[in-house]
Amino acid sequence: MLAQVETPEVDVQILLPLLIMAVGGLLVLTFTSLTKKLPAWFVTAWSVLAALGSAAAVIPLWDRLGDEGPGGTIANSVAFDGFSLFMTVVIALGVALASLLAHSWLDREELPGVELHVLLLLSGSGGIIMAAANDLIVFFLGLETLSMAVYVLAAMNRRRIQSQEAGMKYFVLGSFSSAFLLYGIALIYGAFGTTNLVKISDEFEQSVLIDDGLLLGGLAMMIVGLAFKVGAVPFHAWTPDVYDGAPTPVVAWMGSGVKAAGFAGLLRIMSTAFGPVVDDWSFPLEIIAAATMLLGSFSAIVQTDVKRMLAYSSISHAGFMLLGVVAATDRGTASTLFYVATYTFLVAGTFGILSAVAGKGDSDFSFEAFSGLGRRRPIIAFALMVFLLAQAGIPATTGFYAKFSVIAAAVDADRYWLAIVAMAAAVIGAFLYLRIIVSMYLVDADDDAPALEMPHWTVGVVVSVAVLVTIGFGIFPGPIDALATDALAVLTAAP
Amino acid sequence: MELTATWYLVLGALVFSIGAVGLLIRRNPLVMFMCVELMLNAVNLTFVGIAWGLNDVGGQVAVFFVMVVAAAEVVIGLAIVVAIMRRRQGATADDLSVLRG
Repeated sequence: MLAQVETPEVDVQILLPLLIMAVGGLLVLTFTSLTKKLPAWFVTAWSVLAALGSAAAVIPLWDRLGDEGPGGTIANSVAFDGFSLFMTVVIALGVALASLLAHSWLDREELPGVELHVLLLLSGSGGIIMAAANDLIVFFLGLETLSMAVYVLAAMNRRRIQSQEAGMKYFVLGSFSSAFLLYGIALIYGAFGTTNLVKISDEFEQSVLIDDGLLLGGLAMMIVGLAFKVGAVPFHAWTPDVYDGAPTPVVAWMGSGVKAAGFAGLLRIMSTAFGPVVDDWSFPLEIIAAATMLLGSFSAIVQTDVKRMLAYSSISHAGFMLLGVVAATDRGTASTLFYVATYTFLVAGTFGILSAVAGKGDSDFSFEAFSGLGRRRPIIAFALMVFLLAQAGIPATTGFYAKFSVIAAAVDADRYWLAIVAMAAAVIGAFLYLRIIVSMYLVDADDDAPALEMPHWTVGVVVSVAVLVTIGFGIFPGPIDALATDALAVLTAAP
Repeated sequence: MELTATWYLVLGALVFSIGAVGLLIRRNPLVMFMCVELMLNAVNLTFVGIAWGLNDVGGQVAVFFVMVVAAAEVVIGLAIVVAIMRRRQGATADDLSVLRG
């Protein structure tokens, strides 16, 4: 006789964004194996539509959230709150932008590439799971879905040995850090007897922990694992090498979606679920944040390669985003969400242009390749200038408001020294962006410099969208800020 | 002497450390993958040990998920190694030094 097993209820509408993205990826993979050859534009259009469809599925959910309030599904292992919806949209847009960039890259490198789009979609679906996971095991599964796809994506350029080397390095260090994260989850399970964040936060309300050795060990291990994923010092060593070797559209995805998903985890797990014990974990994370901002900015200055320079700059940005995490307040969460959302567009635009300037082969990112760009290709140079100024945090761009709000959140939470370090790092960082701008506008190109080909129109779309977002929401940050403020992670059981 | 959950936790911690140290000092990619497996299986042992101590089935279910993840991870790793070996014979981690962090 079979035992009766109670199965939890599944609310399909909550899972719809995830399903659209994952099933979209799997379907196009099936099509390609059944038919001889699908045209490249079809695959790109398919994956962009799947990503945008996934973002569009959030709109009715947002209305429902207003009517019903937050909840969860599948025995509360998947959350339904503003935070998960906001992050889902960010990740879905990241996939769409990276997919468009991938189209032009594959076209130029003459590589077949259905897999690249499929892996982007699958990795995006992992990110959506991470954003919505209310259970540490579910979170781990999402993280692995995201990471494994990205390991392969990094090794995607089969003509460049650097690309495979990047994939290998990312894989070894990535699985190392996943193991740490998992060990942390096991210790947390030992401390609470559950991996469900809702139950854990109930425990905090009802009881006082006396023996918290397991909890502290678990938190430390989880910080190691998550800090690696977002590329924070001292777990940043993979970033420059992997960014250098991986195909540029994939780097755009790593900087936007992968980072966003990592911060979704940090915010939900650390700031929200373990918010009650913030004094236990905030100090190490403050040190990590300060070191990440400073080391990222300093190392970026001495680079001679623009792509590596921007890899270090992305490390420094991760430090700024951590400011909102260590604040562990609603304001901190909202400021990091704003930062992550706007940085997604910045990074996609920047690496889109980088790929176009480097030309065929995707390997020449020296300063010489950028010199005189202002005269050779004024529009491209202007767009890159906008992105670099935004990353430096110049007013009237999203970068300014993003930096301002994370620093304000840190001050709000009485982390004054961290705010001062952040401002110093921002000033140092500004120098490196100006260096690229100077070489674009004030250095003349060599006479024998090859003519820069006009980039594919898909790059044009990505760059124009990114410029519009960066300047538009830079001058009027209100709409995104309002959404980010509403998008708080709530750990409540379904009614 | 009675075996308590603590024993399993200590054993898990030891195996995890062996895996972590091995991954950092060994140079053969295949041995490095084996070290990752050691780390993940040490976590499995910890999960089962705790689940046994708490008399809770949740941790034992988690082990199944981890086993699937570990298998998938090795498949990806081996695929990358094969891609590298096609271009270069007998690569060790030290040969992968075109990129310098």
